[in-house]
Amino acid sequence: MNSVDSLQYFIPELIVVGTALVTIIYDLLPDSKDNNSIAYIALGGIALTLIAIFATGAPTESLFDGMIRIDGFSIYFKVIALVATAVTIVFSIQSRELDPNTKGEYYSILIAVNLGMFMMASSTNLLMAYLSLETVSISSYILAGFLTHNQRSSEASFKYIIYGAVASGTMLFGLSLMFGLTGTASISEIGAKLAGLIEDPDSRLAVMVAVVFVLTGLGYKIAAVPFHMWSPDVYEGAPIPVTAFLSVASKAAGFALFIRIFYLGFGQIANLSTTNWTLLLSIISALTMTFGNLAALPQENVKRLLAYSSIAHSGYLLMGAVLLNDTGIKAILFYLTIYLFMNLGAFFVVILVANQVGSEMISGYRNLVSRAPLLAISMAIFLFSLVGLPPLAGFAGKWILFTAALQKHLYWLVVVAALNSAVSLYYYVRIVKAMFFETAEDQTPLTFSFGNRLLLLAFVIPTVLLFILWEPSYEVINAVIKDFTPADVGKLAATVSQQP
Amino acid sequence: MLLTWMIFIPLIGMILVLLIPRGQDNTARWITFAVTLIPLLIAVSLFINYDRGTAGIQQEFSVPWIESFGINYHVGLDGLSVTLILLTALLGPICIGASWKIEKGVKAYMALFLLLETGMIGFFCALDLFLFYVFFELTLLPMYFLIGIWGGPRREYAAIKFFLYTLFGSVLMLVAMIAVYLKSGDPGVRTFDIPELVKLAKTSGHALADPAFQKWAFLGFFIGFAVKVPIFPFHTWLPDAHVEAPTAISVILAAVLLKMGTYGLIRINVDMFPAGINYWSNGLAILAVINIIYGSFCALWQTDFKKLVAYSSIGHMGFVILGIAALNKPGITGAILQMFNHGVISGMLFLLVGVVYDRAHHRDIKGFGGLGAKMPIYMGITTLAFMASLGLPGLSGFVGEALSLLGAYYGSFDHSRLLTILSTIGIVIGAAYFLLTLQRVFLGPLNPKYEDIEEISPREIATLIPLGILTIILGVWPHFAIDMFDQNVDAIVKAVDATSKAVGILP
Repeated sequence: MNSVDSLQYFIPELIVVGTALVTIIYDLLPDSKDNNSIAYIALGGIALTLIAIFATGAPTESLFDGMIRIDGFSIYFKVIALVATAVTIVFSIQSRELDPNTKGEYYSILIAVNLGMFMMASSTNLLMAYLSLETVSISSYILAGFLTHNQRSSEASFKYIIYGAVASGTMLFGLSLMFGLTGTASISEIGAKLAGLIEDPDSRLAVMVAVVFVLTGLGYKIAAVPFHMWSPDVYEGAPIPVTAFLSVASKAAGFALFIRIFYLGFGQIANLSTTNWTLLLSIISALTMTFGNLAALPQENVKRLLAYSSIAHSGYLLMGAVLLNDTGIKAILFYLTIYLFMNLGAFFVVILVANQVGSEMISGYRNLVSRAPLLAISMAIFLFSLVGLPPLAGFAGKWILFTAALQKHLYWLVVVAALNSAVSLYYYVRIVKAMFFETAEDQTPLTFSFGNRLLLLAFVIPTVLLFILWEPSYEVINAVIKDFTPADVGKLAATVSQQP
Repeated sequence: MLLTWMIFIPLIGMILVLLIPRGQDNTARWITFAVTLIPLLIAVSLFINYDRGTAGIQQEFSVPWIESFGINYHVGLDGLSVTLILLTALLGPICIGASWKIEKGVKAYMALFLLLETGMIGFFCALDLFLFYVFFELTLLPMYFLIGIWGGPRREYAAIKFFLYTLFGSVLMLVAMIAVYLKSGDPGVRTFDIPELVKLAKTSGHALADPAFQKWAFLGFFIGFAVKVPIFPFHTWLPDAHVEAPTAISVILAAVLLKMGTYGLIRINVDMFPAGINYWSNGLAILAVINIIYGSFCALWQTDFKKLVAYSSIGHMGFVILGIAALNKPGITGAILQMFNHGVISGMLFLLVGVVYDRAHHRDIKGFGGLGAKMPIYMGITTLAFMASLGLPGLSGFVGEALSLLGAYYGSFDHSRLLTILSTIGIVIGAAYFLLTLQRVFLGPLNPKYEDIEEISPREIATLIPLGILTIILGVWPHFAIDMFDQNVDAIVKAVDATSKAVGILP
């Protein structure tokens, strides 16, 4: 579909762009920074975008001459991105770290990241993939360093920039190799052509190098070992809302792009004996989850602990990636949704506690059960769900990932993942222990607004309910990826080549 | 539906208790007590109305739950579970009675206990592997908090040790479980249904009946259950957890939670993996004997009353495992009977330890002396419990142990006679430490520190009487319980025999 006709499907993105612009312009007005009206405008824009997405229905079209594609998969990730962004905006309103004078820039850059994530979830062209990745990355660099007078924040941003630049540079190199080998930048066409190329021993090495380089860039985005080294420092130095956002939304978008490129692009060559992507991906998965868990064990800073734990969760998510087919995608989508709620919920508690107790350390959570029972119990629910204990949603997510990996007979990987889950109990339960078992000198009860309690419950309820309502949620995901399978590749290639 | 009510009434009770306004502790206690009586009534009626003539599942109830994975909410009763359900339900009100003196956070304690009861009853009723696992894990959370908040000086250490250890075992079980599911058939007909899987595992030619698969799947499940039982060398969490837990929680831990492990061993490892159990029965028997001898010797050295009882539990569970490893009718009958009996007896023992701890605030055996003079009723009940535990004929402990040993003597594992004779050492040691404890605590000159020690109170006697009566009844009339699972044992033994001959393991 050409550019003009595609615009009708592009309305949500246009609204997002509009929101960003309005936010910046509104920021120029005097007195705009006295209250949170900028944030509310941003939230309003997000709400409008959500309405537009649902109004568009669920078409399956290739837009802008094959640059992006609107389908159930991209819509699902767009909704995840919007929810995460909306929640981050709410967190940012609460946050006491951010400088009020820079509100306008903050919210507009946040919206820009949102737009980038939309594009990441939809891209079907190498160029668009790279562009969207960079949009998200560069905006994230700025957001990470937003606490300008805080040394850790600036250091975080700096490390992020350098690491990200190298990673995306490598990825660009891989993408250009891909283009050179196949003569096309369209991911689905590449998929069709790679099958023939890999047979040819002369080009096999080039293909493998290209794939590994692309994997570097994607691995960096999802913080997979060995491309993870930026994440602990960035997660610790960035303001808490940004950390929450990066650990959930940015990761989700990274996985969306990963799935698009690897399933559509490299899926054809995945199962050949010459290229054992399964082994490569499963080793990366095992290393990531093990590293994340082991590194989180000694942590005393809750934010840093959650950061390392989110690396471990990337590892679990990659277990869905090793399967390189339908079941794996469904597992990833399901787990990402559950992860959204439990991780954002945990970060919300971190923000609330940091605001009132003034501490991000585990010792600041002592005796939280008598100072703020709702908060303590909610945090316990989030943490136990992150471990993967039934009857919470985290267990359902882990279950589906384990099943996906076992179907490929990767017994060793599942055993590693299971042991890792058990190990992770130790560091999550340290927070629970502090909240419930230990006493603190300061016994003043903490107070929260009604809105905060409501938002907290909005995270807790899905964490509990998604286990009981497992079947309906799984059906939704089934419907979402109905038209996504690699079998579609041939169809896509045909439709693309028929463009005027 | 009756089973579903029995499982979820404690959960509803938990919500009720949480809604009680702050400060009304007595209301919380009475409401919890009343709520725990309901599953007891249901369990008693199920016990009485149980059809003893069949090995099939009774009170069955099944609704589809997560169809994409072949998971149903499938509950039912059979010989294996009916006695354990009665035990669990009986211990509910008894433990609440024993927890009456708890002052701190009464509401939370009662709520957590009710959640625990849901998990335990649900576990024994579950006939779907997934449901089985969920209930198995569900018991971990309340136990962690119950031990960690209301326990003794080293409670946090004991609680996290218990939690981590059991979780390690159960995640390995999870892997084995999913593997079994994937092997159960082609996509679309796969299932988690336990009776269905048991049938498939005995159908020759089916992937589940493959001895090579069964060997490894057996191990996966075994580790999960071995931590619970506990079987040496996975037992080190038990002494800590028992010692640090509050009295009522020790009771429920020893009486019910340990049985979850052995119940799982019979229901899954023996029933579902007959080739697997035949392959591993040698190892299992050796571990059982180690449990018996090592556990008993460790108990002999103890000076902490509660730790002594904890180690004696390890020893007694060894008899259960020995009976299971025997894979014949007396062996398995003895094992199941011993499960129930040990639950009753160890429940009594921990309650009795709690009595003296409440008064003296320590459990050092050497720190007492001549208490019999001041607490004759307490001494009488304790003597009963000790005699039952060491296997005095006429009381229930003897029957289970005797049957297990009889089965083990003719057992299917190597060196069955030698191992059985070695196990009898455990009985002798058991007599040694219990009689020694009796002498040191109750007999001899009265320790002047305890001139004014109070006799056992009516409330405490009330918690002990039901268990005492059961001990005596089952000692003289064991068929009261054996009749319930006789048919099931026959079915299990026949299946194990048949399959082993089919795969050529037994001569």
